[in-house]
Amino acid sequence: MNQLGFPILTTITFLPLAGAILLLFVPREREELLKWVTLIISLVEFVISLPLFIYFDEGKAGMQFVEKVPWIKEWGVTYYMGVDGISLLLILLTTFLTVLCILSSWRAVEKSVKEYMISFLFLETGMIGAFVALDLILFYIFWEVMLIPMYLIIGVWGGPRRIYAAIKFFLYTMAGSVLMLVAIIALYFLHGKATGVYTFDLLKLYQVSLPIKTQYIMFAAFALAFAIKVPMFPFHTWLPDAHVEAPTAGSVILAGILLKLGTYGFIRFAIPLFPAAAFKAIPVISVLALIGIIYGALVSMMQDDLKKLVAFSSVSHLGFVMLGMFAFNVQGVQGSIYQMLNHGVSTGALFLIVGMIYERRHTRLIADFGGLSRVMPIFATFFMIVALSSIALPGTNGFVGEFLILLGTFKANPVYGVFGATGVILAAAYMLWMFQRVMFGDIKHPENRGLKDLNFREIVTLVPIIIMIFWMGIFPKFFFKKMDLSVQHFLYDVKARYEAAVTAPEGGGFLVKGVKGSKVKLLIKE
Amino acid sequence: MIEYVWLIPLLPAVGFLFNGLIGRWYNLDKRVVSWVACSVLGLSFFFSILVFFSLLKLPPDARAAVPDKVLFDWIVSGGLKTVIGYKIDPLSIVMAMVVSGVSFFIHIYSVGYMHDDPGFTRYFAYLNLFVFMMLTLVLANNFLLMFVGWEGVGLCSYLLIGFWFERDAPANAGKKAFVVNRVGDFGFLLGMFLIFAHLGTLEFNEVFAKAHLLDPVTVTMITLLLFVGATGKSAQIPLYVWLPDAMEGPTPVSSLIHAATMVTSGVYMIARCHVIYSMAPVSMAVVAIFGAATAIYAASMGILQFDIKRVLAYSTISQLGYMFLAVGVGAFSAGIFHLMTHAFFKGLLFLGAGSVMHALSGELDMRKMGGLWKKTPITFWTFLMATLAIAGIPGFSGFFSKDEILWQAFSSPHGHLFLWLVGAVAAGMTAFYMFRLTFVTFLGQCRASEEVKKHIHESPPIMTVPLIILAVLSVIGGYVGIPHVLGGRNYFHEFLAPVLGGLPEGAGHASLSLIKSAYAAGAVEEIGSVNWEIILMVVSVVIALIGISIALYLYILKPDVPKRLAQRFRTLYTIVFNKYYVDEIYEACFVSSAKKIGTFFWREFDDGVVDRSVNLVAGLMLWWGRVLRKIQTGYVQGYALGILLGAVVVIIFLIK
Repeated sequence: MNQLGFPILTTITFLPLAGAILLLFVPREREELLKWVTLIISLVEFVISLPLFIYFDEGKAGMQFVEKVPWIKEWGVTYYMGVDGISLLLILLTTFLTVLCILSSWRAVEKSVKEYMISFLFLETGMIGAFVALDLILFYIFWEVMLIPMYLIIGVWGGPRRIYAAIKFFLYTMAGSVLMLVAIIALYFLHGKATGVYTFDLLKLYQVSLPIKTQYIMFAAFALAFAIKVPMFPFHTWLPDAHVEAPTAGSVILAGILLKLGTYGFIRFAIPLFPAAAFKAIPVISVLALIGIIYGALVSMMQDDLKKLVAFSSVSHLGFVMLGMFAFNVQGVQGSIYQMLNHGVSTGALFLIVGMIYERRHTRLIADFGGLSRVMPIFATFFMIVALSSIALPGTNGFVGEFLILLGTFKANPVYGVFGATGVILAAAYMLWMFQRVMFGDIKHPENRGLKDLNFREIVTLVPIIIMIFWMGIFPKFFFKKMDLSVQHFLYDVKARYEAAVTAPEGGGFLVKGVKGSKVKLLIKE
Repeated sequence: MIEYVWLIPLLPAVGFLFNGLIGRWYNLDKRVVSWVACSVLGLSFFFSILVFFSLLKLPPDARAAVPDKVLFDWIVSGGLKTVIGYKIDPLSIVMAMVVSGVSFFIHIYSVGYMHDDPGFTRYFAYLNLFVFMMLTLVLANNFLLMFVGWEGVGLCSYLLIGFWFERDAPANAGKKAFVVNRVGDFGFLLGMFLIFAHLGTLEFNEVFAKAHLLDPVTVTMITLLLFVGATGKSAQIPLYVWLPDAMEGPTPVSSLIHAATMVTSGVYMIARCHVIYSMAPVSMAVVAIFGAATAIYAASMGILQFDIKRVLAYSTISQLGYMFLAVGVGAFSAGIFHLMTHAFFKGLLFLGAGSVMHALSGELDMRKMGGLWKKTPITFWTFLMATLAIAGIPGFSGFFSKDEILWQAFSSPHGHLFLWLVGAVAAGMTAFYMFRLTFVTFLGQCRASEEVKKHIHESPPIMTVPLIILAVLSVIGGYVGIPHVLGGRNYFHEFLAPVLGGLPEGAGHASLSLIKSAYAAGAVEEIGSVNWEIILMVVSVVIALIGISIALYLYILKPDVPKRLAQRFRTLYTIVFNKYYVDEIYEACFVSSAKKIGTFFWREFDDGVVDRSVNLVAGLMLWWGRVLRKIQTGYVQGYALGILLGAVVVIIFLIK
């Protein structure tokens, strides 16, 4: 069935869920045990996900480790999972970051440890499932499943305005998802009409070529759902609220993985399903991405709350991801995928770091710090490296992604490239200014004088990230070779179908002739 | 031997890792730290020399054709293939020797200078990291790896300027340096993108081999964008503002990074890219004009400063302007020649300043100095050697390199009489402010407080030996390139010629025709270029001597005159003393407006418009809920009425 001979994707998808169930049987008073069990489960999960990388055949462009079982035959729903070079690295990022999140929660979570750990494992299942699902219904289920534990993590273990933030996060994402659901069902019927095969199988749905107007509507529905998740300007306002209120590990996962599901959604669903519309949308998406880059950076610069600052910097970084993706060339798309990983690693680390000083001082206001380098030299070193990775210094992972994105964008459209590159300057400005205010200068507040430097657990949490920052920055080929063919295949496929759509007679597709955009509504009714 | 070129940058990296990780973690003894830091540098210097000699063994044409030493693939994506690879040719090895050599001496000096600093280990870790990055920059065989070094040295500059981060001034200065450099890097990045978009490669050999495929507009844009990068890193107009502030760092850092090595990267980069610059006459003119303008502009600011390090900082900016003037008129190897001699004498001047500060308990204001020559003789004499060199006194290294630049500015086909004139005047100003500095600091009466006076002492040998070595180099360093007109042989240019080509052979037609028209037409008939070279050489020496004489008059013979002059030309004095208010203008135009825009976007737009509309949608739902709730009264009669009314409506509808 696959190169490993056992259903590895099902295993890594549901192992955390099984772990969550196991936790149900651990008494709630035994908090240390609960933490250890969760940590071990997440570690096992990470170890199991490594063979995916090792045995992934970089010589193949298609899906690997495929598992395909009919599920609801009458409706054409299949239990269909697979991994290609694009999702592979994101899955590893998920299992990697989850371990660090559990470690970082050791002291930060004081109430309802059991429920917290269960939520986290449940969340991991949702995230991995969404990355491996190749059936639209299956994907949608995982996509929605993720919302619940995240909602709880923010709403139960969050800060003072946690309820507002959690509801905003939930409803905002939900509003986008509902439109996507409608589009999924419409697509199902359109494909069924055209071919007589009613299926939610993503790879089969790729084959359908819709008339351009239909594509616009469908693309818009998908794109909205994903754009909210990314979040792209102007759908980003839930993000600062969610980040500020979420507990540290929640922020790490939110920034590190959940946002990537938005960008991943574009590259896996919105673009290849509706290539013609995607190509037509290049100006819109690119301009919004550019606004995100510059606007996010400028707003980030003025924040007084560390978490908000990092949240807005995410808007800026994710703008780069979208910009590169819509360059539609190898450098742009590879840079974009790499930037997703980078952002997961370095912004995840930034949230961990903010969490560490929050645990010590119970404040995140920049003005409450200053001069920490003197009392916390080890912390200062870690913080500096992560900040440099975030501003894409060559030699760190951030540079590889940002450089390729800007290079690809410049090739596709020099004007976008020039505007995008200004983000390089702004990033340095907001990051270093923040670093200076927190770490340099004299110690103004006596409370900061006695701060303890990082303990062993905290160092263990950050060291893997530092290793990744340099590994990904110095030996990017190690990762690129895994995604190379998949990206080239993606581009080839998308471009070919885009050209087929625009050159087809009467602007329609070859499969669903005569179905114009206006008829979509009718089809949905049927 | 050439095979092992990668050891040259790698050794400092090892030193960095050792001191940065093990040294700091285990709090190793200062002796261990300094031995490791200095010996990796010494080895690196040693290997540079070995590679240099293996290169010398090759015939001249083969020296530029040594295959690149490629270690491994770096970023490979689609058509983009970049490697970690090193280029060995006369240009890169000269740079490697200058960088590793000067760094080595400054490292040794630092052992003494930084001895009592609590951040000793951190300092040496950063310093080694810097040398690693700088050597990466000069040895890289492609634009992207050069950019790694380019940003990497910027990082180290940031870390070392802000080394004493507890105080706000160094922390601010470090940040300013980084951000301003990033503005330059923005140009460098775009230049690389353009190269890749048109040629599909970033490797030097391939780019220069394919350069003829570029159209004139593109090549002009590429070279101008790269020059934007150079103005940032090498502190030229308009991005020079960070360098004076960078003096907040420890003095050996100012010497190494902000005088001898890093700030010359832009000159090296243009020399490295001379193939494409030669194709873009407009860019060449821009480089030359900006160089000349910076040379005179910075010199004018250096005249009035009282902080010895700031005088030297403006002097560095000005001297870098000369180097750009050189490469801008096509005299690439002359630019590199001045880069080298400048590394010796300016490195020395800063180290001398450090030694003065050491003697005076950290004092920087030259008004509180004076008469030091007796108590710190080695510092004084070495400082004087460097001053004579930078002033362009015949026989000292600076004379040869500066004079060649001035001659080229005049005679090269890209040259111009005005470029020469600006350069010559700036040379006079240089001589003036440098001697002002020397006179006020070392001669006359000591104006330090009694407390400080008691402690005045010469620095220990670990600091003075590097001073002496650099002083020797400042004196003799120029003899590798004696102009033909003086009957010498220019070994330096001969060595670089396989890479950079010879010096432009022009007879200064443009400049001469200007002179001609200045005379009555036909008054000057035949003008032999050799004569002119001698004449100009004499003129520039005379200008330098005038500068020195004025300094002598104002600061030794009539020390009260400067004050009266300042009184008389109060407005001008204030403007120049305040550095033409450029910092304030930049602050208002860029920094505070960016902050204002950021605040506006955040408070007014993000909170006020975007998020408010999101909340408005949610609010609307709540409002509807509240309205509709009123219908849900729970009274059965009400519902019955509703049903009745509904039925009536349906019936009416059906009947119709």
